[in-house]
Amino acid sequence: MKKLYLIIILFSLSNQVVFADNLQQKEINILKNLRCLVCQGQSIADSNSDFAQTIKLVIRDLINQNKDDQEIYNFLNSKYGQWILYKPKFNLNNFLLWFFPYFILLIGVFLIFKVLKKRENS
Amino acid sequence: MKIKIITSFIIPAIVLLLFFFGLKNSNDYNTLNLAGNKIDNIELTGLENNNKIYIENLLSDKYTLINFWASWCMPCKIEHKFLLSLKKDKNLKILGINFKDKKINSINFLEELGNPYYFLAEDKSGKVSVKLGIYGIPESILVDKNFIIIKKFIGPINSSDYNDIIKIIKN
Repeated sequence: MKKLYLIIILFSLSNQVVFADNLQQKEINILKNLRCLVCQGQSIADSNSDFAQTIKLVIRDLINQNKDDQEIYNFLNSKYGQWILYKPKFNLNNFLLWFFPYFILLIGVFLIFKVLKKRENS
Repeated sequence: MKIKIITSFIIPAIVLLLFFFGLKNSNDYNTLNLAGNKIDNIELTGLENNNKIYIENLLSDKYTLINFWASWCMPCKIEHKFLLSLKKDKNLKILGINFKDKKINSINFLEELGNPYYFLAEDKSGKVSVKLGIYGIPESILVDKNFIIIKKFIGPINSSDYNDIIKIIKN
């Protein structure tokens, strides 16, 4: 009987450790996707600035309140705008950022195709 | 012929236009464009008595300037004289939120320079500042009676900001 209790206790402890690890990983992933607004090219995860320390505290609170990633990003977006997110949402202001490389690629392919066709004809 | 026109004129023109508009935009980030948003009804802790109070109970029926400050912040001393002048206007209430500061230092600061605030709250951890979209101090938010942000002031309030505030609250 004692052995059974011991197994149950060990099992629940290991579950708690895995759960804590998952939460920690979730927190790190979110912090890596947030820009430190007062630093030069650093994420919140990398920065030790006062602003980053405060954001880390707030993110931990939101995770403890069982907020999912999107809810946390939406909250920060409403307070600081899209700039705080390294992966901004697709919208009218940034559509060029998403599509311009593909546009240039298509033009390149088109030009190569035309040049090759012209050579073939001549 | 068509290819030559595209390669010689259209593509360089597109690239130049992109550079032109890209360089015209300032790369300095700020939250000034968040004017028009509504602030959340957050809970504040009084600096002097630690009483909990919701921000909606503190806002003026006309305009409120929410000012984040600290005794260790040198630019806060620079803007202080403007806050003292703004205090005299009946259309405005100034709500002070003391940011990551020691209570004794903040009280000494106000005793030395004067107290422009009708209510003083504390933000020991900085979490309140995030709820109001603050990323450095001093920073001030001018809100109307409906909690709508009219204007944000990043950095110390100067004479130009002072005139702006007076102009807004007189209208």
